[in-house]
Amino acid sequence: MIKKFATLVLLVGLGAMFSSLLLGYVPDTELNFTARYYADNTVTDTGAANIVTAIIVTYRGLDTLGEVTVLFLTATIVSLILSQARRSDALPARKPLAAGELLETGSRLLIPLILLFGVYVFVGGHLTPGGGFQGGAIVASATLLMLLTNPLKRVSHRLISALESVSGLFYVVIGILGLVFAGGFLDNRILGLGTFGALFSAGAIPVIYTLIGLKVGAEFSSMMFNLSKSEDH
Amino acid sequence: MVYVALITGFVLILMGLYGALTNRNILRMTVSFTIASTGTNIVLVAVGFMPGRMAPILDHAIAATDAAARIIDPVPQALVLTAIVIGLGVTALMLTYAYKLYEEKRTLDISKYTDLKW
Repeated sequence: MIKKFATLVLLVGLGAMFSSLLLGYVPDTELNFTARYYADNTVTDTGAANIVTAIIVTYRGLDTLGEVTVLFLTATIVSLILSQARRSDALPARKPLAAGELLETGSRLLIPLILLFGVYVFVGGHLTPGGGFQGGAIVASATLLMLLTNPLKRVSHRLISALESVSGLFYVVIGILGLVFAGGFLDNRILGLGTFGALFSAGAIPVIYTLIGLKVGAEFSSMMFNLSKSEDH
Repeated sequence: MVYVALITGFVLILMGLYGALTNRNILRMTVSFTIASTGTNIVLVAVGFMPGRMAPILDHAIAATDAAARIIDPVPQALVLTAIVIGLGVTALMLTYAYKLYEEKRTLDISKYTDLKW
C-alpha cells in the first residue's frame, strides 16, 4: 500500500514537472548557434545531403565510434552470459513446431528483399533518411525472419564474427587515415567529395556507413542467434 | 503539432515509469522501460521541431545556401539516433539478465527473489 502511494506521489511530481516544462515551452524560430553552423557548413565541409548523417559520421564521428563500441560490448556480454547459461544443462533441444507453408514461402521471398533494402538504406545514408544503424537493424530483421521460420537454423558463427571484427577494424583504419591524409580522426575528405547528391559522394561517409551497417547487422544477428539458442528446457 | 508530440512523449514516460514501478514481472518491467525510453526520444525529437520548416536533408527543394532558414534543428535527431541504439543495447541486456535469472530461480517475479532480503 505504502509502495503504491510512493509511486503515485513520484508520478504526480514528475507529471507536474513535465507540465510546467510543457507550459513554458516556446518553439524556437531560429536555429541555435551549433545547428546554424551545421546547416551552413555541412555541404562545403562534408558534401553530404543529409545533415544528420554528416553530424553522426563526421562532426561527431568519435562519439559514433563509442556508440558502436557500446553495441559491440552488449553483443559480447549477451553471448557471454548466455553461453554460461547453456553449459549447465546439456539437454538436446526439442524439435520446434513446423513453421507452416505460408511463413516458409514468404520468408524465402522476403529475406533477399529485406537484405537488399537494408543495404540500400545504409549505402544511401548520406542522401536519404537512412544510415548504418537503421540499415543494420533492417538486415538483422531478415535474420529474425529466418529464425522465426526455423529456430534451429544457424549461420556460421565464424562468418558473423569475422564480418563484425573486419568492419570494426576498417572503421578505425579509415579514422586513422583521416588523421594522416585529412583534417583529423574520421575526417571524410580522404576520398573526393564528388558531385553533391550523387551516390559516390561525400568522401568516406558511404564507406563508413556501410561498415557500420555491416557491423550493426552482424551484432544484432549474433544477439538474436544467442537468444534463440537459449530456449528453455 | 509539436505540443501533441510533446504531450505524447511525456505521457509515455509517465506510463513507462508507472509500469516499471508497479509490475513485479521482469519482462513487463523491460517493456515498461522500453516505453519510457520511447517517450524520451519523442520528447527530444519534438524539441528540435520548428513550425513551417523541413527535415534537415538538402536536395533540389532546399538549397544549401538558405538551409539555415528552412531546416529544423538536426542536433536532437542525431542525439535520438544514438539514444535509440543505446536503448536497444540496454533492452537486450535486460532480456538476457531476465533469462539468466529465470534459469536460476525458475520465476520472473521479483518479489520471489529474496537472497538480499533480511
